[in-house]
Amino acid sequence: MSAENILELRRITKDFPGVRAVNQVDFDLRYGEVHGLIGENGAGKSTLINILGGVLQPDAGEIVLEGAPIQFAGPADAACKGIAVVFQELSLVPTLSLAENIFFNRQPITPIGFVSASRLNSSAQQLLSLFKLQINPATPVKNLSMGYRQIIEVLKAISLRPKILILDEPTSSLGAAEIDQLFLNIGRLKSQGVSFVYISHHLPEIFRVADRVTVLRDGRNVGTFTISRVDEESLVKRMVGRELTNMYGEAGNVIGDYYFHFERHDGGAEPAPAIQLDLRHGEILGIAGLIGSGRSELAMEMVGITPNRRSVIVLNGQRFSFRHPAEAIKEGVLYLTEDRKELGLYLSMSVRDNCVAPTLPAYASAIGFLSERKINAAADIARQRFNIATPSVRKPVGQLSGGNQQKVLLAMWTNARPKVLVVDEPTKGVDVGAKSEIYRLLRELAGSGIGIIMISSELQEILGMSDRIRVMRDGRFVAEFNRQDATEEKLILAATGFGQAH
Amino acid sequence: MRVEVQPKNQRELEGEQAAPSIIGLVSRLTGFREFMILAIVVAACIVMWVIAPIFMTFANWSALLLQVSLECIVAIGMTILLVSGGFDLSVGSTFGLAGAVTAMAIVSGVPEVIALLLGLATGTVIGLVNGFIIARIGINPFVTTLAMMSMVRGLLLVITRGRNIAGLPEAFGVLGQGNLFGIQNPIWISLLLVLIGDIFLRKSRFFRQNYYLGGNERAAALSGIKVERLKIFNYALTGALAAFSGILMTARLGAASVTAGTGLELKVITAVIIGGASLKGGEGTILGSFLGSLLMGILVGALTILGVDVYWNSSIIGATLLLAVLIDTLGRYRVKRSG
Repeated sequence: MSAENILELRRITKDFPGVRAVNQVDFDLRYGEVHGLIGENGAGKSTLINILGGVLQPDAGEIVLEGAPIQFAGPADAACKGIAVVFQELSLVPTLSLAENIFFNRQPITPIGFVSASRLNSSAQQLLSLFKLQINPATPVKNLSMGYRQIIEVLKAISLRPKILILDEPTSSLGAAEIDQLFLNIGRLKSQGVSFVYISHHLPEIFRVADRVTVLRDGRNVGTFTISRVDEESLVKRMVGRELTNMYGEAGNVIGDYYFHFERHDGGAEPAPAIQLDLRHGEILGIAGLIGSGRSELAMEMVGITPNRRSVIVLNGQRFSFRHPAEAIKEGVLYLTEDRKELGLYLSMSVRDNCVAPTLPAYASAIGFLSERKINAAADIARQRFNIATPSVRKPVGQLSGGNQQKVLLAMWTNARPKVLVVDEPTKGVDVGAKSEIYRLLRELAGSGIGIIMISSELQEILGMSDRIRVMRDGRFVAEFNRQDATEEKLILAATGFGQAH
Repeated sequence: MRVEVQPKNQRELEGEQAAPSIIGLVSRLTGFREFMILAIVVAACIVMWVIAPIFMTFANWSALLLQVSLECIVAIGMTILLVSGGFDLSVGSTFGLAGAVTAMAIVSGVPEVIALLLGLATGTVIGLVNGFIIARIGINPFVTTLAMMSMVRGLLLVITRGRNIAGLPEAFGVLGQGNLFGIQNPIWISLLLVLIGDIFLRKSRFFRQNYYLGGNERAAALSGIKVERLKIFNYALTGALAAFSGILMTARLGAASVTAGTGLELKVITAVIIGGASLKGGEGTILGSFLGSLLMGILVGALTILGVDVYWNSSIIGATLLLAVLIDTLGRYRVKRSG
């Protein structure tokens, strides 16, 4: 073991039923370095950090911490030995104060064993000041925004005074100012000798914060690089294992006439609608904007999830004002939620049952019983057409990867004969390979004459896929671009309303 | 963007640290479920005092508290369970069985202290079995304790052959019938247990684990809380408290009844939920549950004094429960909307 390494993993292997999640991985972490860890979903990042955090035990291989081989009995043991993990899914208790969440089951106690509220709150206050946050430590976590919660999660890990801090996508809910604070703190702790493993899908962040970066693919370490000696392109190439020449595909769709119109009058004397939108056959209309700019709200209003009396849809010359999603579905105006796990799919049910869920009556016989034969046939067709990777259509959707879940969601709504498809963050949490397939499917649907409204926070995706782009800010459209005129800078400018892009 | 985020934090901060004015204090206090119920309890008492002065007599309160006290002891365990995300339907049957076991032991000549311990052991074992099945095997608490409720009640009928057990010696009766400064023993015992329980659940690190467990079980396990052991402990404690309450009941009546504790589980759960606990876990205090029990007791007492047909009692308690949860839910909805 090299003296400059605090931690070394040697040929770590971990198997799950049917899959080798981590395969003979070597990995080393130096004192006081930030080591980026990147890879597609399913590349083995989560498994690896679960092993480091003591949540999982490796099937083979060796963990060497500060020169001595070591085994973790569990997460608490790993924390004791100086390894703290900030997991991606938040692990806070909403009903408890933020101070009690930071000192999760480690609250300072008085000599008679009772929790000392004053010491608890003052210690929490000290930690909050690291991020220049002035919140009352007694505030229950349920009253805090997602961004604050993510910071509390980081503070909880810092409060353990770890030697190694593992951060899994720590910035997913943070704003620019909060990210700056996070990186400032990482720098400060680094200078005190703390080592970091930093996982992110967001390559610019890796370049900003990491000293070295390791790429995982299919459970293997496919390379560790000093950050100054690599560029984004070569990392992506390593991640996907092939060159993605044009993952968005070629726009082969023929754009037809306008056939869909939405508008909302906010009342008052103004005759002009407060917001309106038009869509043509075969067109992909990208809607860009920051999170919270009102894009999903607009979509949900269109399809009657949150009905608004003042909004009107004109589809092929017919006027509608949907009061309920069922009415929109009947007319073929469909919305694919960004939250597929909570709102989109029946996770415990099979691929087959999900595929036919919105269109169940179509599989009924004359007397109203469902036909197994018809359902199976439809599910098999969907599986082939959407290239859903599952050993059987009877497998529960919850056990598929994110990309395949998204394909099931797409399949179930395509079955419902859409005329207009509104897709909200269609590739959220989907790896690069599945992404390009989803793009191909969207293009195919547009090619058949369906108009697609694509809401996305990924500018690359908006730019790569859209025929036309509209930008939302504070619930209004603030800009419109054609494919050839749009650039990343212009979109950011319009979305933030500031004179500068960053 | 930076410019926009910063002032927003500032505003939130001002809202958070409201000046310690009287309005601020009131709004903070009304945030406490206990305070709200206490206010309702006080208001109910004042109203009753005005329209029926007999309500505020020592005799009435003594009877009322005696009624509530046995329930409160069971509510201590139930609160801890609900806070930790658990649930127990078998407490009523345990209450009955433990009373009968103790009574039968005494009647057959076992020394009273040993008989009492036997009763407590009965409840603890029932709780341990519940806890083991729920925590280790992973069967859901509703099903497990529903089955246990039925099994234990059946066991009670089998060992007593369906007959009540009377003829307990006076010395044993003191536990339930004696008094100190004119207030019956069960009331003292219950108040003491509520006080100790509340302080421990509020302050001690061991019991506070339950808030973490009920709030986020996965996170609790990841941070080193021994989830299985804690769950088993909670069920065992609840069983022991239910048994103790049942033994007190037997002592008070001087006899064990085979129907003792029937329906107790739902009464206790009602009180605990009125007191601010949630079936989702992570919330609730023993003081709240005590006040919840008290409120239900006052309600029943008031209805009796006002001459309302006793057949209405159950409906009114049900409506109170619904109202308490409704107010809570609407409050939350408002917070969510504005926040």
